[in-house]
Amino acid sequence: MSARQAVYNIGYLDEQTKRMIRRALLKAVAIPGFQVPFASREVPMPRGWGTGGVQVTAAVIGEDDVLKVIDQGADDTTNAVSIRSFFASVARVATTTRTDEATIIQTRHRIPETPLSEGQVLVYQVPIPEPLRFLEPRETETRRLHALEEYGLMFVKLYEDIARFGHIAKTYDYPVLVGGRYLMSPSPIPSFDNPKMHRNPALQLFGAGREKRIYAVPPFTSVESLGFEDFPFEPQRFDEPCALCGSTGGYLDEVITDDAGGSMFVCSDTDHCERTATRSGTESATGTEAIA
Amino acid sequence: MTPLLQVRGAGHRYGLRHGCRDVDLDLWPGEVLAVVGESGSGKSTLLGTLSQRLGPSEGSIRYRMADGRVIDLGEESEAAVRRLWRSEWGFVHQDPADGLRMHVSAGGNVGEPLMANGWRHYGRIREAAAGWLERVEIPADRIDDHPTTFSGGMRQRLQIARNLVVSPRLVFMDEPTSGLDVSVQARLLDLIRGLVFDLGLAVVVVTHDLAVARLVSHRTLVMKDGRVVESGLTDRVLDDPHAAYTQLLVSSVLQG
Amino acid sequence: MYVAVKGGERAIANAHALLAEQGRGHPELPAIDPAQVEGQLGVLVSRVMTEGSLYDPALAARAVLQAQGDVLEAVTLMRSYRTTLPRFGYTCAVDTAGLAPQRRISATFKDLPGGQQLGATFDYTHRLFSTPSSGADVPDRHDGSPDADDPAMPRVADLLGVGALIEPDARPGQDAAEPGDLTREPSVFPMSRAERLQALARSDEGFLLGLAYSSQRGFGTTHPFAGEVRVGEVEVEFDAPELGFAVPLGRIEVTECQMVNQFTGSAETPAQFTRGYGLAFGRSERKAMSMSIVDRALRGAEFDERVASPVQDEEFVISHGDNVAATGFVEHLKLPHYVDFQAELMLVRKLNAEFEEAHA
Repeated sequence: MSARQAVYNIGYLDEQTKRMIRRALLKAVAIPGFQVPFASREVPMPRGWGTGGVQVTAAVIGEDDVLKVIDQGADDTTNAVSIRSFFASVARVATTTRTDEATIIQTRHRIPETPLSEGQVLVYQVPIPEPLRFLEPRETETRRLHALEEYGLMFVKLYEDIARFGHIAKTYDYPVLVGGRYLMSPSPIPSFDNPKMHRNPALQLFGAGREKRIYAVPPFTSVESLGFEDFPFEPQRFDEPCALCGSTGGYLDEVITDDAGGSMFVCSDTDHCERTATRSGTESATGTEAIA
Repeated sequence: MTPLLQVRGAGHRYGLRHGCRDVDLDLWPGEVLAVVGESGSGKSTLLGTLSQRLGPSEGSIRYRMADGRVIDLGEESEAAVRRLWRSEWGFVHQDPADGLRMHVSAGGNVGEPLMANGWRHYGRIREAAAGWLERVEIPADRIDDHPTTFSGGMRQRLQIARNLVVSPRLVFMDEPTSGLDVSVQARLLDLIRGLVFDLGLAVVVVTHDLAVARLVSHRTLVMKDGRVVESGLTDRVLDDPHAAYTQLLVSSVLQG
Repeated sequence: MYVAVKGGERAIANAHALLAEQGRGHPELPAIDPAQVEGQLGVLVSRVMTEGSLYDPALAARAVLQAQGDVLEAVTLMRSYRTTLPRFGYTCAVDTAGLAPQRRISATFKDLPGGQQLGATFDYTHRLFSTPSSGADVPDRHDGSPDADDPAMPRVADLLGVGALIEPDARPGQDAAEPGDLTREPSVFPMSRAERLQALARSDEGFLLGLAYSSQRGFGTTHPFAGEVRVGEVEVEFDAPELGFAVPLGRIEVTECQMVNQFTGSAETPAQFTRGYGLAFGRSERKAMSMSIVDRALRGAEFDERVASPVQDEEFVISHGDNVAATGFVEHLKLPHYVDFQAELMLVRKLNAEFEEAHA
């Protein structure tokens, strides 16, 4: 028996599926922060590895687009490389690592440091789209809470943190209220990145493949991180500059340098680090050779 | 002036069987109504029907809202009823575990209804919670403890605080004291009576215990097999029962 | 000197080369032909087709080989290929009463029209290692047994149904509409039974087995009887609108199980037997049986049963039964999480500092 060819469509997803996802996206944009159920397809990577983001990207990408993929802020982490090369091969689009050159940026866990501009699309990979999931495991109940705008439960969690620790102890996937109406999970980005979502000129799309949900924040939409009047939301801060490029005000990763507790802080956004370093003539987080 | 709650021909069916039926009653602001009967008499079904916790029901239940509008509860959306739950009503369950979040601190339990109503100042939420804990005689230093560490009586008092913190106009109570020791019961009833009087609450309390009806209620409604067999001022019903069934009920307590 | 982790691309290429090398095994031994997998590992191929939701033994055999025997990888391969295939339409419901079973057993009746037929089964084999052989020696079959095709082999559930002792296939009005397609339309809870059955058919065999077992042990009691298990080939027909009649597309092998459970009746319904249903591609008896037990357990609300155990909880069962989703999400913990970990690290440091301060 001769082996048959298994043939895949351009952009991997079939055209019907792309249309279905686009319809879900339109609904999501029309109701900012609302989770739209969609018939999530399997894609050729495992569930939980960005299958929602991949479907959203596949549905919006066109031949003129320039794609950037980051994971943990970096363009060269293995999963980012894998997803980028997937689109390069199935959609034949141009790719870049530069935030300002990309028209679509698919991300896991970060928002780039370089401010986004109108016309850009930021696609988030989302593991658990339901911000109330760990407070209320049942989908039928959380759907009702959203419909009736009953978010007291979320504030109980914040209240308990303050009662126990003296401050809110949530550092990533920090809940936000979108457009003054829907409670939304920003995906597991650090709370450091939350302020960047507020009134961002770019279109922010969120895809949760395993959980079969799509949601969106249209450009210039209010995104308020929850807090109390006397204990407002406070994003995390870093005191030191990046040890490689010297920039301040960005999110840093701590890198262990020896077995005696030594460590250094470097930019998590490799594109930002590289360009800051180029400007100032220092070494950057991506400018060095691999140990992988 | 219309009653707070005006009930006509109310009933609820489980399949073909009626849990309760043909109930008429008026409840006025500040009035405490006891619903008594044996288990299976339909009193808890009536409570569920009035409070809209059970599904579609028969008859009409009209409620006068804080803004004076009178609504037919059966015709209101789920959202509207839930809004009433948040702002105008309370429900005290027999088992406090059904009405509390057992793994949230006492302060969080009392604070949640406030947060659900839009309170966004931690200090003021905590202050209000602390004030209510004091009112229900829970020591201030237990504010950050979970109800799992509380005694049965404390849990029930915490549940009451959680219900009253939003200053409801109408509170439903389902056997609020029956899970407790006799000595604890007396103290709790005393507390309930004091709070109801101070706050001018309207209450519908379901109980199988005539002593509870005697102690806290103005009027009593006696139920049997899903129907009301007698109603009137509590003292009159208990001292001079007209219906044969009420006479039996009262005499069995006296003999017991 | 710190060296940033870079060159993900090269690392991935190397890893894939290494994987291919390991999967090839000893280079001097012949590589396995997919046809051999299809023929000799038929039960495995059945499982990959069932959970991959695609009846294609040759492709499933390739998936098994490409996945180096990892069932869930093979299922993922099948699914992510299947989902890109254009949809021409939906076939007619298959008629399992008309299938000529190569195996058919009932635990509820000693004898019944059509008879019991043991067929190809591991049941009653002694689980002793056999002597390794060239594989050519298949024992002889003694013909003349009831193996001969019997045209009339009605389903046990239909036999009981004649006397109204068992609930009908569908109640009036139940899922009267065309069943939805789980893989094409968004599904939300609560689901229709048709959707639930679709989800169960794709669910992980091990997960369903565990749930079914839990219900037998009292976590959601179902008291099942294996009304019937049958394995055989059915004709698949497609109703082409332009033709006006059904066109046969081919035959597929399926395993069907009907569990029969007692139901004591309610105010509206007399006491009767109720059913749980399981259907899987190929030879997948364990899967079909587990599925039918779980299907019945999930119907608690229909019969006013107390819902207290995991197996009775639709959201719990359906949300966690899909092994493609489950394995992906568990394994995604291998992906870098250092941004979030960094955030937590800073919080723990802060909390520690505050603790020390308070206790200083």
